[in-house]
Amino acid sequence: MIGETATATVTASTDRASVLRVDGLTVRFRIRDGIVHAVTDLSLTLHRGELLAVVGESGCGKSVLAHTLLGLLPANAAVSGHAYLQVSPDTAPIDVIHCGERRLARDIRGRQLGLVPQSPATALTPVRTGRRLLEETLRAHGSPRHEAAHQAERLAREVGLDPADLDRYPFELSGGMAQRLATALALAPDPAVLIADEPTTGLDRPLVDHTLDVLRRRCDAGYAVLLITHDLRAARRVADTVAVMYASRIVERQPVDRFFTAPAHPYSAALLDALPERTFRPIPGHPPMLTALPDGCAYAPRCPRATARCARQPEVTTTESGAVACHRPREEAA
Amino acid sequence: MSDVRGLAAEHVTVSFDGTPVLTDVTLRIARGETVGLRGASGSGKSTLARVLAFLHSPDRGHVSLDGTPIIGARFRVPPQIRTRVALLFQSPRAAADPRLRLVDLIAEPVRATGAARQEARHRARDLADRVGLTPDLLDRRPHEVSDGQLQRACLARALAQQPDYLLCDEATAMLDASTQAQLASVIIDYQRHRDAGVLLISHDPALLARWADRVVDIADGRLLAPAPR
Repeated sequence: MIGETATATVTASTDRASVLRVDGLTVRFRIRDGIVHAVTDLSLTLHRGELLAVVGESGCGKSVLAHTLLGLLPANAAVSGHAYLQVSPDTAPIDVIHCGERRLARDIRGRQLGLVPQSPATALTPVRTGRRLLEETLRAHGSPRHEAAHQAERLAREVGLDPADLDRYPFELSGGMAQRLATALALAPDPAVLIADEPTTGLDRPLVDHTLDVLRRRCDAGYAVLLITHDLRAARRVADTVAVMYASRIVERQPVDRFFTAPAHPYSAALLDALPERTFRPIPGHPPMLTALPDGCAYAPRCPRATARCARQPEVTTTESGAVACHRPREEAA
Repeated sequence: MSDVRGLAAEHVTVSFDGTPVLTDVTLRIARGETVGLRGASGSGKSTLARVLAFLHSPDRGHVSLDGTPIIGARFRVPPQIRTRVALLFQSPRAAADPRLRLVDLIAEPVRATGAARQEARHRARDLADRVGLTPDLLDRRPHEVSDGQLQRACLARALAQQPDYLLCDEATAMLDASTQAQLASVIIDYQRHRDAGVLLISHDPALLARWADRVVDIADGRLLAPAPR
């Protein structure tokens, strides 16, 4: 069911329901001994009501994508391409890459593009209680004082945090409670798009499921979520669409059911096979260093299906269900 | 009870500020065996691992190694005993000294055995290769590598002391499927080669089913009776 809706939205990628459209995004970091190719020519579209999971190995550029959209990159980053945010069909799209830090800080970051950070323990200021943090955020976003108190408790309940725990300081919270507080803070301004960067790291299974379900409900209410995760099972539980990132590029995008049953890119298939409930076999070799990406397909050196053609960078080809960047996608052979 | 080879917590009770965290826990890990430990957040899993790694001295009960009770914790435990047990944490960011280059992070336990710096670094390079770290990463510091790469370095460091028991506290929970499978295969190879005992703390039923020889459940600081096979 989820798969069907996702197929419909993916094929109609230029429809009015798109809320975030990333187009040819490229991010480079200048470092001492070279240039890190963190994100390369990345395009994706996020629709209203869609939960898009970006999955991939550690160090493939997933988190940089999140930080780029929020304008949180360090000074040695060079960004090109576009990311158009259009919160409602009646407003003009805003290019968050080029709109400038002032605009981003005043109107967008937190307000329209929310972030659930990767490590809440370091993201929360230790000198304010959860309640103060939440009420402060709510009031900064226009809630009158007397309503903020009420809303803070409602948000806490929504993310599964006991309102009594709001009176604690962040360092008095467990990792899971801090994570839920960070989620509540991100939800407080009611952003059209929520970017969740590994929101379940360090949580146990019931809490993981709870956090994921909060994100899912958000999408069911018509908002959009970009979930950045290494956890394939998390993606399977809540995503409509899965985008696989490898060595700075998105190599495949599919509706979630199709991704898990019939991945087109050999890398996607190998990643799924590494799950303990499948073969539990690691992908041979290493991902390439982002400072020294090969000219052709970056996966070719590890790929059992590679041929001479793979020395050229494959184009992203739109398929019936999604998109794949591969000279020899798997369905071709089947 | 104490006459078998193995690392065991015997009737261990731990409380923090009067709150019981572990109550009368007895768990034995035999050489060559992989014991899974499963429980909710706050059930006492990590505390049990810390007790078994001699990082925390229990209020009552003790840890025994091959039948010998070990009293005290940390530096009160002689190094030749302490180094027989290695602990791999969930978050390598929190565990790794941010000042050390990866090569020295891995070489430090080798140096501690009295090896010369060059020899220790040489060993470190071998270990790095075994865990799948490319040589170019070894000169970097923790903030310059990814979580997966840093966890590989922490595993190499743990193996550098050639432990007889390796305790993995959610050590692969934050890693992608391929990195998890690769670290698991490195640990399983080491385990076979060394006949090492492994404690595998995990929330992941699929991982436990695939890897552990037996699984023990813990709730509110008490081990639950094993399910009949």
